[in-house]
Amino acid sequence: MFAFVVRRITQAIFVMLIISLVGFSIKNEIGDPVRDMVGERVTPAEREALRDKLGLNDPFVTQYLRFAKNAVQGDLGLSFFHKKPALAVIAAKAPATLELVFGAALIIIFISLPVGIFSAIYPQSAFSRFTMAFSTLGVSVPVFLTAIVLIYIFSVELNWLPSYGRGETVNLWGWHSGFFTVDGILHLILPSFALASIMLPLFIRLIRSEMMEVLETEYIKFAWAKGLRRKRIWFVHAFKNTLLPVITVFGVQIGIMFAFTILTETVFQWQGMGFMFLEAVERSDISLLVAYLMVVGAIFVVVNTVVDIIYGLVNPTIRIAGR
Amino acid sequence: MIKTWQRFKASYLLFSFKQDKTAIFSFVVLLALLVTGLLAPVFSPYDPYDPANIDIMNSELPPAWMEEGEKAFMLGTDIQGRDLLSTMIYGLRLSILIGCGAVILQGVLGVVVGLLAGYLGGKIDAVLMRVADIQLSFPYLMVAIFISAIFQVAFGIGQYEDLAVPLLIVIIGLSEWPVYARTVRASVMGEKNKEYVEAARVIGLNRWRIMFRHVLPNTMTSVLVISTIQVANAIMSEAALSFLGLGMPVTKPSLGSLIRSGFEYIFSGSWWITLFPGVFLVLLVMVINLLGDWLRDVLNPKLYKG
Amino acid sequence: MQHLLEVNDLEVKFGLRFGDLTAINGISFSLDKSERMGLVGESGAGKSVTGFAIINLISKPGFISGGRVMFNGRDLTALSDEAMRDIRGNHISMIFQDPMMTLNPVLTIGTQMVETLLAHRSITRTEAKSIALEKLKKVQIPSPEKRLAQYPHEFSGGMRQRIVIAIALLTDPEIVIADEPTTALDVVSQVTEKIAVMYAGKIVESGPTDQVVNDPKHPYTQGLIKALPGSLQPGAKLNQIPGMMPTLTDIPPGCAFNPRCPLSDTICRQQEPPFIIINGATRRVACHMAKPDPSNGTT
Repeated sequence: MFAFVVRRITQAIFVMLIISLVGFSIKNEIGDPVRDMVGERVTPAEREALRDKLGLNDPFVTQYLRFAKNAVQGDLGLSFFHKKPALAVIAAKAPATLELVFGAALIIIFISLPVGIFSAIYPQSAFSRFTMAFSTLGVSVPVFLTAIVLIYIFSVELNWLPSYGRGETVNLWGWHSGFFTVDGILHLILPSFALASIMLPLFIRLIRSEMMEVLETEYIKFAWAKGLRRKRIWFVHAFKNTLLPVITVFGVQIGIMFAFTILTETVFQWQGMGFMFLEAVERSDISLLVAYLMVVGAIFVVVNTVVDIIYGLVNPTIRIAGR
Repeated sequence: MIKTWQRFKASYLLFSFKQDKTAIFSFVVLLALLVTGLLAPVFSPYDPYDPANIDIMNSELPPAWMEEGEKAFMLGTDIQGRDLLSTMIYGLRLSILIGCGAVILQGVLGVVVGLLAGYLGGKIDAVLMRVADIQLSFPYLMVAIFISAIFQVAFGIGQYEDLAVPLLIVIIGLSEWPVYARTVRASVMGEKNKEYVEAARVIGLNRWRIMFRHVLPNTMTSVLVISTIQVANAIMSEAALSFLGLGMPVTKPSLGSLIRSGFEYIFSGSWWITLFPGVFLVLLVMVINLLGDWLRDVLNPKLYKG
Repeated sequence: MQHLLEVNDLEVKFGLRFGDLTAINGISFSLDKSERMGLVGESGAGKSVTGFAIINLISKPGFISGGRVMFNGRDLTALSDEAMRDIRGNHISMIFQDPMMTLNPVLTIGTQMVETLLAHRSITRTEAKSIALEKLKKVQIPSPEKRLAQYPHEFSGGMRQRIVIAIALLTDPEIVIADEPTTALDVVSQVTEKIAVMYAGKIVESGPTDQVVNDPKHPYTQGLIKALPGSLQPGAKLNQIPGMMPTLTDIPPGCAFNPRCPLSDTICRQQEPPFIIINGATRRVACHMAKPDPSNGTT
């Protein structure tokens, strides 16, 4: 088990190195730190002097090592537009995105688990058939369209829910949270559902097919032959085996949801990392773009690694193999 | 040619197609959309790229059946006063073009990488697959958004918009090739130890000839199956990028950019600029997905060979 | 006298798209308390399906389409789900064919044993655990206390087989159905008092084990016994029955065994053979070529 964890963490570090290399190359090729610092109105000679001073004329490897060293210490450069450390800008926007992802994840769990399990146990029921047909439609609707339709119905026509922004937030040790005010929760509903909509069909189908497969196995049949109660067979014997592949996919998909937060945040003017990223593109704020790449890359690597390790802990077969 | 047609007529593929109402429906709808899109100048009432047809006075007209609608514009007009139906048909053409182009690019890239990795093995395999694995650990949409952001900053917004079609093909192609590489590699690994490859090697054919003339055709089933789904994905990616303002400009809108431009106006009640392109997009993606599901079920070698 | 288990004219079908397939075609037998009966035949003959039919646990699309399974005077095919649940694993246990697939990979052996007891008895977890320990000792699992906390993959195939047996014995059931992957006629003949030979979903011969093994009347039974390696000189060829058992989709008309039968005649291809009773009702054989007992006649 220990060897498995070490191997997995080594892999993660390797991937982070690649990401930092990509990030650095982008910064090196199209970024202009001199402009970021002093603007355009500087003579070429002064520029060159500044470049020397900043070490921009050093060999690629030297510069990269400096970049990597700073990155490890949490210094990802200055944002050209915000005139603040890029990491600080991202950190200020992160809570909004994380809460959005969290809200969507909750919705996914609370809808896909019961629906998926039900349609696996009763695959022929009208409800299951309807769910399957609906999920085929669901995977074909882009998340931004779902978001717009939600806004049109619930904000424009019914006027029930707010259509943009985060509403009232509470400052908890620097973390601006929308979870503790009614207004914040109301603002969270539509964006979370829109974001969840992209994953729901996939999860309902996944849980259903995994559970159906498990229900066909010999050990489930043996559980019936032991005279266990059906609830125990469904929710302990079958569900626990269904959960293993589902957890893996869930971890990966949570990561994928980060990509879709960019779309969701755009539609709902949600002041999170995705919204910030698009602003950075419009303003050609390369430092902030690269910092975003590094942070999101790190989130992915950490999530994937943690999911793999948890999977190893839950699944006794892997545990023995990794020992 | 005739022989091929006869073989197709007797094939299991056609037989199961005729049995499946969903597949027939999807195919007919897809065909209609493809023909409409590719022959856009024939089917659309106006040329939306021609400034002579654009009158700002006509902007935001509702569909013809509504009170303020005009007969001349069946589905209404967009904010610039263009006929919405014509703009949508031209947008559909762009979406199909970019979707197919991106899939051809990623297909060629992925197939070559997968074939090399799977057949040659060893260090080449390890390096290529490592790259594919790392990229696959990030969602392709994220990769696409990021590449397009970098391109946009690097090219500047004006040049980016001029080159939008080829750039989008490259962006989406680059962001999704590992899917092909993995699939092709897996089936090459399965094929390369079969007798016919062994036989070809014994006759002394060179490895490139064996790879491309003998092994490659046998991986085509899986390539075909994922290609269908990938076209749907590519069209979705293009729509997403255009919606974010990282894709087609409003002057030459794809379905995604049309939705983007319409979105700002739904608050004032002009729902049609968003809804109709949206329906078009969903219909296109859904029928491709349905056909993909059907193909996967029918061609899945595991199921097919029993 | 009432038998402990009485299977009457049991019929099992599988509902498929192109029609129903008959897997078990009207079989009857009975079992008394502490009696051991062996069901033999090639794989696919319907032995396992019979076992599952008794505890009314046939996988879809299979279903019991006729006949009765009387257990202690109750018809198991007509019981409610809850009443049937209380019989399974409590009064009638089953040991599955493949010990590698029978245990749930993500639950410990202890959990899988204790839950069985808790499903049928009102006892505490601790009491259940001590019963589980006792049964593990009985099947000779070393250091059972430690073993209870382990997962199935930590056991060898042979140990898992014994654990499955221990689970089947937990509730001291009246009947244990052991589904074995091999025909193993020689083993069956040593441990059972009664034997029934199945072919293509039917019982073709039944009777006291020693009589059936020493004096088989049905050509199929004769073939099975000739095929036993024990009856041969070392180095001699095995006597396989030629041909294969028909699949359920193409069972030949008349006697299902006729294409492989050395004695096959015209009547065998046209009529299903009725049961002939030999030796005063204890032995039955379904073969046109078998000679009835002069004193009895056909049924």
